[in-house]
Parts: sequence; C-alpha cells; structure tokens
Amino acid sequence: MEFLLHRYRNQTVLLAAILAQLALLAYQVKSDGEVRLIRVWAIGAVTPLARVIEAARSSTVHFFRDYFVLLDVREDNQRLKTDLDHVRMENQFLRSELSTADRARALALFQQQSQSKTIAAHVIGNTTAVSAKVVIIDRGTGSGVQKGMAVITPDGIVGKVTGAYPTASYVLLITDPSFAAGVLSQKHRVHGTLKGQGYGTVLIDYVQSEQKVEPGEWFYTSGDDRIFPKGLPVGEVSVVRPGKAYQQIFVTPSGMRNGLEEVLVVVEGVHGPIPENPPGFQPVHMQDPPPAEADAESSALPGAPSVTQVTPARSGPQATDADKMVDRYRQIGEAERRVYGQSGGGAPNFNINLPPASPVTAAPPASPSRPSPSPSAKRP
Amino acid sequence: MTDPQATFVDPAVLRKKDASKFKAATLIGVPLAAILFQVYVPRFSPFLAYLELPLLVTVYFSLMRRSPVAGVIFGACVGLAQDSLSHNPLGMFGIVKTLVGYFAASMSQRFAVQNSLVRLVLGFFFLFFHQFFYWVLSRGLLGEELTFDLERTLVVAALNAFVTVPLYHILDKLRLVD
Repeated sequence: MEFLLHRYRNQTVLLAAILAQLALLAYQVKSDGEVRLIRVWAIGAVTPLARVIEAARSSTVHFFRDYFVLLDVREDNQRLKTDLDHVRMENQFLRSELSTADRARALALFQQQSQSKTIAAHVIGNTTAVSAKVVIIDRGTGSGVQKGMAVITPDGIVGKVTGAYPTASYVLLITDPSFAAGVLSQKHRVHGTLKGQGYGTVLIDYVQSEQKVEPGEWFYTSGDDRIFPKGLPVGEVSVVRPGKAYQQIFVTPSGMRNGLEEVLVVVEGVHGPIPENPPGFQPVHMQDPPPAEADAESSALPGAPSVTQVTPARSGPQATDADKMVDRYRQIGEAERRVYGQSGGGAPNFNINLPPASPVTAAPPASPSRPSPSPSAKRP
Repeated sequence: MTDPQATFVDPAVLRKKDASKFKAATLIGVPLAAILFQVYVPRFSPFLAYLELPLLVTVYFSLMRRSPVAGVIFGACVGLAQDSLSHNPLGMFGIVKTLVGYFAASMSQRFAVQNSLVRLVLGFFFLFFHQFFYWVLSRGLLGEELTFDLERTLVVAALNAFVTVPLYHILDKLRLVD
C-alpha cells in the first residue's frame, strides 16, 4: 500500500484534492446552503481594499470631471453676459438639464419619489467568474440588504441580490445567463420571462407566436417573480423574431444604459401600475405661444375681447422659422393667386415683390382648429 | 563497459532539477493580485473581464515548479480563493484549476516551457480546457443550463494566449536565481 501511494503519489494527491472539493460541492448543493464563513472572510478581507480603490478612483474621476464642468460654467457665464435674453434662458434650461442628468441626484430624486423603500449602493467590484455577470455592491446585511432583493436604477431594473454579507453583497445582473424575471409588455400586456444572454441584450421567452409584440415596445416588471415590484421599466424591444413555439424577443435593458456605478436596492417593494407611456415619451405640457403685438395691443383697447379669445399669431416675435416659412409661402401664393402646399402647384417665385406687411397680414390665422379672431380685435 | 542502469537518468528527475524557485511572498502575492485584478479592473475597462489572470498564473507556477503535487495544491488554492469571491458554490473553480495545475505540471516534465511558442500554445490550450471543463461541471454538478459558445471561447483563449507570453516574461523576473 505504501509502495503504491509512493509510486502513484501525484495521482493520489490529485484524487484527494478533487474528492475533497467534490464533497464540499455536494454538501453545498445537497443542503442548499453555502460555506458562509469562508465567504464572509473573503468578502471581509477584500471589501476594505475595494472601498479604498473605489474611493480613490471615483474622487480622481470626479475631480477631473468637476474641473472640466467648472471650465464650461465659466465659459457659459461669459457668454451669458453678452447673449440675448432668450439665449440666456436656453442656457439655463440646458444647465438645469445637465444637473438633472447627474446620476447621483437623479438617484436621490427617484428614491424620494419612489413608493418602494430603497437603499443606495455603490458598485465596488466584479465577480471573479469571467462568464458571469455579477457585481459587488458596498451594502450588505449590516444595511438591511438580504438575499433575493431587487436592484434597480431610475432607468430600470439591474438585477437581484444573490448573496448578502455584512459589508457587501453580490448582485446577479439581468444580463447573466442564469437570470430570469417575470415581465409584461406595455402596449399589448403580453406576459413573458426575461432571460439573460451573457451580453448586452436580454431575451423575453415564453411569448406565444400569436401574441403581438412590436419593436420599440417597452417591457415592465410584472411582479410575478416576487422579486421586482410590478411596473419597473425593463427595456425596449429591439428585435422580434418568430420561433417554433415561442417568439424570440430581444430587449435592450434600460437600467444599465448610463453605466453601473450607483444602484438602489429595493428593501420594501411597492407594486405600481404599468405606465401608459414608455419612459422618455411622457407627455410634456406646453404653454400656448404669446399673442402677437397687434393682438396684444388691441386686447388692451376698451371693449376688446379677452386675451384667451384672441388667436395667437404665428408671425409674432415668438414664431418659429417653420411658421415664418409657411407665412412667406402664403404671401407669395396670394400675390400669384395660387395655393402652395397642394399637388401640382409648382415652385413659388421668391423674387416676387411682396406688398409691405400690414399689422393684419403679419398676424394671419394660425390654425383652423383655433377660433378666428374677432374683427373688433383688429386695429381699425 | 558501463552499466546502462547507472547512466540512465529519469527525464522527470532532470526536469525537476530545472524547477524554478520563488519566494513565498511571490507565490502568495501574485495569485492574490491576479484575483484582485479580475475583481476590480473590469469595472473600469470591461474588455479586460475576458482576461483570466488567475488561470494564467496557475499555469505559470505549475509549469515552472514542474511538480504535479505542487501544481495540484497551487491550483486548488487559487481556485478556491476565486470561488470565495464568486457567486458559485465553493469548489467549481477549485476542481477545474486543480486539474489545470496537475496537467500543466505534468506537461512541464515533457516540454521546454521556457519557449515562448510553447507557452503561447499551452496558454491557449489550458484556457480552452478551463472554460470547457467549467461548463461541463456547471451542467453536470449544478444542473445549470449554460450553453458553450465555442467561437467565443476560442477567441477568449486566443486573447489570453497572447497575454501569456509577456506576462510569463515578467513573472520570470521574479524567479530566484541559485
């Protein structure tokens, strides 16, 4: 026996090492548990280092980013001093858009507005498996994170917590091949199961061939999986292919399109409705354009109708270039006694001498849908 | 007449004489750095996620030590450390890297592993073997329905193989000289 062990020493050691690890694997699979102590040690040893590296990296990145943003702000301020009022307003709008686009603030805003109770977390590392799409976040059981909790961003779902440890947690991303979640289409209310592919897009499976799903349609979480609350955006359908039994629907996830640095862990999820409009296509309220000068002045006259009854003129100072172009076509058409915009009208003669614009002609009726101005609203 | 038994020397013994030695700090620090690289660097550069540095390091030390027992122990340690930082059950990477360490050390007794071309080929072969065997274990032991993407694995193996040569050249500098 001793001779055999010596003779086959290499093979014996190999066999012993593999058998020991197989036993370890079998224990974990059989008991559906894990060797928590080893993982806690490993995570505990690595997390402080990860925090230091991440803090150093993010502070360096933010320093340079802030520096360049400040440069832009200085230039903007110089330009604002010399620009006209409307340019200044436009600039302020863009700056407010920029600040709104700031991820951290958007995250905080979303956290305040969301009915679900969430915890903000930073992504501090990746898992060591090359094929797996798993990240490590800096919140663990000490912050109330538990295995199975949903992880989202304001743009959509990101993944779920597959392991929670005192100082950090593993998050299985929705792009991982082993990920699955229940989803629902926004337009046709088609149920399906989201599956990761190991790369950018995800697959919506188990959608019957006769069910209608269109490219561009949005999918939301259905809440069936008991992980994600209902009504969170998943992504937009990029490709729909017919299959044998089920359609092949590929969706571009929306949750990770702005990178993955800060995420929210849903501690207490609240189911919400599926929005009528997909994200980014929410209706935007637009104020009516202001009335033209002529109308404004006439409205100031005694006996003139109220401002709300006066049709706003398109050729006023706030008219768009398109409105001005339509107005010019109309004036040329009147001079040539033709109507442009109909088939076979030919090209207008832009060199024609037009009569000087009167206040009345400068404020033509804008839209057939709007009420035409009262004669008393015009200047005599 | 000389005795043929006296002049015969086992090639494995000769190879063992060529075995490289490293400081304990190197044997611990380099694999640890490789694992930490895999944990953090892909956060900043996702393309580098395809770099399997722990495997390349396992292959290197197994090749250079030229001892299957050392290869087995080294592979198992690196694999288990990698497992502890992954979401997989402990032992998946451990088993695969144990086998890689054993086969790499066995091959080192038959080939001149200082040669860059040999290192390139071995890097490619072991990366492919690692990925394939990991897939087999995932399906066989864990019952995961993973698909083996042959083309992708070949590309990843080729990328890692190209990294093998300069990486091993750098690691050669860490060898102890008698």
